[in-house]
Amino acid sequence: MTQKSSVRQMIGFITDVTRWSLSGGIGYQLFLCLLVVFMMLGVFAYLVQWKLGLAVTHMSDIVSWGFYIANFTFLVGVAAAAVMLILPSYIFKDKDFHHVVIIGEVVAIGALVMSMTFVFVDLGRPLQGWHILPIIGLFNWPSSLLTWDILVLNVYLVLNMSIPAYILYCHYNNTEPDPRKYRPFVFISIFWAFGIHLITAFLYEGLPARPFWNNPLMGPRFLASAFAAGPALITVLLVIIHNTTVFKIPKQTFNKLRLIIVISAIINLIMLFSEVFKEFYFPTHHSLSAEYLYFGLDGHNSLVPWIWTAISINIIGTLLLAFNPGKNRPLLLLPACILLFVGIWIEKGIGLIVPGLVPSPLGEVVSYAPSWVEISIALGILALGMFVVTMLLKPALIIEHRFKSEKPS
Amino acid sequence: MGFLKNKSCRQQITDEHRPCQDSGRREFLKKAVKAAAIGGTAVVTGCQAPGLLGSKEEFALQFQEYFKAHYRLMTEKERDATINRLERLAKLQKNVDVQISSKEAMPGVLFGYGFNVTRCEGYMECVSACVRENNLDRKSNTQYIRIFEMEPGQMTPDAGKGKFFNEVPVDGRFYMGAQCNHCDNAPCIKACPTKATYKEPDGIVVVDYDWCIGCRYCMAACPYYGRRFNWNEPVVPVKEITKKQHYLGNRQRRRGQMEKCTFCVQRTREGRLPACAEACPTGARIFGNLLDPKSEIRFVLENKKVFRWKEELGTDPKFWYFID
Repeated sequence: MTQKSSVRQMIGFITDVTRWSLSGGIGYQLFLCLLVVFMMLGVFAYLVQWKLGLAVTHMSDIVSWGFYIANFTFLVGVAAAAVMLILPSYIFKDKDFHHVVIIGEVVAIGALVMSMTFVFVDLGRPLQGWHILPIIGLFNWPSSLLTWDILVLNVYLVLNMSIPAYILYCHYNNTEPDPRKYRPFVFISIFWAFGIHLITAFLYEGLPARPFWNNPLMGPRFLASAFAAGPALITVLLVIIHNTTVFKIPKQTFNKLRLIIVISAIINLIMLFSEVFKEFYFPTHHSLSAEYLYFGLDGHNSLVPWIWTAISINIIGTLLLAFNPGKNRPLLLLPACILLFVGIWIEKGIGLIVPGLVPSPLGEVVSYAPSWVEISIALGILALGMFVVTMLLKPALIIEHRFKSEKPS
Repeated sequence: MGFLKNKSCRQQITDEHRPCQDSGRREFLKKAVKAAAIGGTAVVTGCQAPGLLGSKEEFALQFQEYFKAHYRLMTEKERDATINRLERLAKLQKNVDVQISSKEAMPGVLFGYGFNVTRCEGYMECVSACVRENNLDRKSNTQYIRIFEMEPGQMTPDAGKGKFFNEVPVDGRFYMGAQCNHCDNAPCIKACPTKATYKEPDGIVVVDYDWCIGCRYCMAACPYYGRRFNWNEPVVPVKEITKKQHYLGNRQRRRGQMEKCTFCVQRTREGRLPACAEACPTGARIFGNLLDPKSEIRFVLENKKVFRWKEELGTDPKFWYFID
């Protein structure tokens, strides 16, 4: 193949991908417009925050991290969960997962884009962001866990973009990708997926100032909850794809995903139970945060309804998925996955960040609920993530479908 | 009522403004000349309000400020240049003449602080002195020092009452202060992703305000609630600005930056006491050089019953509480 033709092929690939991601029926176009509207709302809210400072959020010197960092933490987990599809499909050569692994990888990209955007909007001085870059700024590595997190998240993003891009490009040209070229990176990305979520947990776990976070179970529990929430989201996405596109998902895939979710969710619940036991069997000074979260403290009980909702729907979702009374029918599978997803989002988002900071080191208790700016920016970022996933997933599925139907089986 | 002695003092931090330190005839003349000059230009230019980005000069200065390095990595010349820019910006934006020092730590000095739990009576003169000296934001009512009213049996500030509006002192209660402990093994320094917060050779934990990106990880890492964030653009009435400043100390902060107690670096490196220690009417606040065997702080450490807060965390604070 000459240099010129490969360049032409690349240009063809890019134009086709762009065309496919933007074209679609009226419903698809409306969906994209809706996402753009929400992104605009986010941009507007961010401009307000830009103008007036983080004072427009409801964060304070006591609750110094809020809704943004809560969502960041949760979404890193969703990104890491792609490994639950990558591991069986590339290493164990599982056919059912291999069929949908691209969807998991695209979800990981979307989740990473969202989580990094959440960190960005949380910065007090985003213009000075270059101060953190290695070489031109000062990168406090290996001392600061935040620098570790920046490192692992960016590398994971690159891995998750380049492996599928290479495979899709080969499939687009109707050739088999060369495993020697991508398998080493798949191995790295598997370790990396565990890494991103463990290090995000270490961000909190490594702070003796915050007894609620300074807990060795944090890392493993992050992984377990992520491997339940992530595949739950992917299941929902698969059902949508199965029902709205020509790309059909085998029944077996749903069943295997369900098993992964159930096992992870049960491990997560066991660890949750263990934490709750530790906090309340013999409550110490360090249990005040847990008391604040589960029962309220000094009349501040804004988190109480949230955490009990989270735990209830967590348990209901897990039971529904474990006993599977609907036999994988979407009518029951979908609500169960959504319940589990939302439950973990509450518990690992706002239910993890705020009690870590309250009571303050001076023993002061305050309430926190996100302001309209925080909620609007979060909605905007959510729309951005969905937009990224849609833009990438649509051409990817077209290429995969074409490749599979042209391949003699 | 004995109001003068027994103050319920949380609110009365900003009511008195300190007299201008170097006010004299010469200063007055200088100001008068400047005011005349400004007035003159205003007449000539039709007194235009500054544009969106301020004047052209202001924009140029801010542009150069954006690309400056971390304070520790600056050469002597770069430090002088940024200080000139900052002083000029203060003049352009607020029409105040500030003097920003870049005085280095003195050799053989390690600062330490002692808080006499027996003596403190909760007047909070320290709090208001600190607010004025360090140009703290009046809009959000930022305070580096917190005073807690304690019941007998309590021995750490977090157990006490941080919001009290009664006259002080109250019989049977005692008072404890909390502020940055200037830890020798500081969790905030370990957490900062850009090394914007670091320990100076004289043991002061400082923030290079202009290098901070505002991620607030240090705030989560601090077990003493020693750090404050500028959620809004800080506001200090021009009349009340303390003009003798230090680059690492009480100079103007901006929105989105972290700040904290610096043991009044602008004063202590000149051999003066921190504003809080100077203001304390009961002599409960002891400050000095830990490496000087004849210093008051060394006397306290050797002769009083001292303890440190959250010793179990291994942060090694240079802030001791003691009992007479």
